[in-house]
Amino acid sequence: MVIDQAFVQKLEERFGEKIIGANLENVDHWIEVAPGGLVEVCRYLKEEPSIAWNYLNAISVVDYLETDPKKAAKVTWKPHLEVVYHLSSIQHKTTGVLKVLLPRWKDNVEGQPPELPSVSGVWTTADWHEREVYDLSGVDFRGHPNLRRILCPEDWVGFPLRKDYQMPLEYHGIRGR
Amino acid sequence: MSSSNRSEIVELDVRTDEMLVNMGPQHPSTHGVLRLVLRTDGEIVSEATPHIGYLHRCAEKIGENLTPRQFVPYTDRMDCLAAMNMNLGWSLTVEKLLDYDLPEKVRHTRVIIAELNRIASHLVGMGTYGLDLGTFSPFLYAFREREKVLDLLEWVCGARLTYSYITPGGVTADLPSDWIGKCKAFLDQFEPQIPDYHTLLTTNAIFIKRTTGIGVLSAEMAIDYGCSGPVLRGSGVDHDLRRDGEPRYTSLYEGYDFEVIVQKDDSYLRDQDYPAVPDEAVLGDCWHRFYVRMLEVIQAIKLIRQGMDFYEKADGDWGKPIKLNAKLPPGEAYLETECPRGQMGFYIVSDGGESIPRRVRARSSCFSNLSVVEPLCRNCLIADIPAMVGSLDIVMGEIDR
Repeated sequence: MVIDQAFVQKLEERFGEKIIGANLENVDHWIEVAPGGLVEVCRYLKEEPSIAWNYLNAISVVDYLETDPKKAAKVTWKPHLEVVYHLSSIQHKTTGVLKVLLPRWKDNVEGQPPELPSVSGVWTTADWHEREVYDLSGVDFRGHPNLRRILCPEDWVGFPLRKDYQMPLEYHGIRGR
Repeated sequence: MSSSNRSEIVELDVRTDEMLVNMGPQHPSTHGVLRLVLRTDGEIVSEATPHIGYLHRCAEKIGENLTPRQFVPYTDRMDCLAAMNMNLGWSLTVEKLLDYDLPEKVRHTRVIIAELNRIASHLVGMGTYGLDLGTFSPFLYAFREREKVLDLLEWVCGARLTYSYITPGGVTADLPSDWIGKCKAFLDQFEPQIPDYHTLLTTNAIFIKRTTGIGVLSAEMAIDYGCSGPVLRGSGVDHDLRRDGEPRYTSLYEGYDFEVIVQKDDSYLRDQDYPAVPDEAVLGDCWHRFYVRMLEVIQAIKLIRQGMDFYEKADGDWGKPIKLNAKLPPGEAYLETECPRGQMGFYIVSDGGESIPRRVRARSSCFSNLSVVEPLCRNCLIADIPAMVGSLDIVMGEIDR
């Protein structure tokens, strides 16, 4: 595991408040980055020869929302989205995880996806991964060259991997439920 | 004819407007339901745009409503040609979250089964690649041998394609008592036939003409586009998760002797007599991707032979699959394994206290591999497109999930 106390400290010294924190207890350690500093941090992690995370494995989004009111009363977090970047280095054979926390909707308007700068300029593979995330989880990647749905049809409404997503009753005459 | 008229005559004679051609989603050489929209000018394709999602079942959403063991059959249905490897990836991810250790015997069972499935998968890759290029016989040879592998796997778990044999915590049953002997007999019969396949395809003059020098993918581009598996190694990048992955995965292969198939210093490894690389081949072209797959079959045979020896000596039992409703600890785990098509990653997030995870994510190898179609198919011939797409060896079920 590359992400340790020294690694986080090095990043904090370099990027200051753009590094929000880190988790070194989970089985995979991760670093939390501010949305505004994401591209800068990613570019550094890719281009710094001693880290060289030149391979983007996956971008995933975890939706933290509890739809069951009984359980919602017990949870300790506020509803939010976590965008998770799994990275690795082909040269050093190391892996790392970055996280960005986002509000579930932009300006608290339901249906309006939150914004995050695109990293497709850093790793080209982010192009398709961000399209998938936009399609299924609803994150608006600013600066993406071609942000449109990839797995669902282009006229699909809603983001299926959100916890409060409702299956449509019909789609072009096909009954849903 | 003066040169000033010529352009006018050409213009009147044949109009060469750009045309949009739809290839797929039911085209036989797109390996399932891939739709490519080609912008063509005569025979030249200036742009190919892949459209995917025809097989999308939102397996990730299903995973958020099932316990990890209940989700195993859904991993089968992602990559139906290498279901054992998908089961293995998911099981290891869940075990990583649970911090679950396995008996020795399970470890070797898993290696044998996963590598056997790799052979079956590469055989399909080889046979259908021949089909894409217009030759039928290698397909029949490949499927004849694959049938025997499927018989062996069926004997182990009762299913021919969707096995659900490897589960979190172990495997569902021990190998049948004379299975090892039958598997040895199969390998002894199969291994001497591989030179035939090389004669049929690898060194076939027409095959070489069709596949060398096209679809050249540089190492930098392969990494940048997130390619993995034979596509990445075919471009000369020395990266195989069985050797370079996370300890939880590489410990499976501890004590095994195998080579990562990649061109190093202008040559492939020479532990056996393999056909030579033709002069026309350029590193990273379709031929190299195919060749890496063929050589990996031989490595898989080597691994299975070692695995069977280890298995016979190992103690312990076939593991104890975790309970169907086992409680998950809070936390998250991500693990990638080397599937026949590339690095397949699973990600599981749990709030703790419940048996159903908050989030299940499958990182598809073919998804990233397919994304290189756009740059590869720029300014190529229409006839080369099946050769390039086929060389990526995609399975749409895994891309669309």
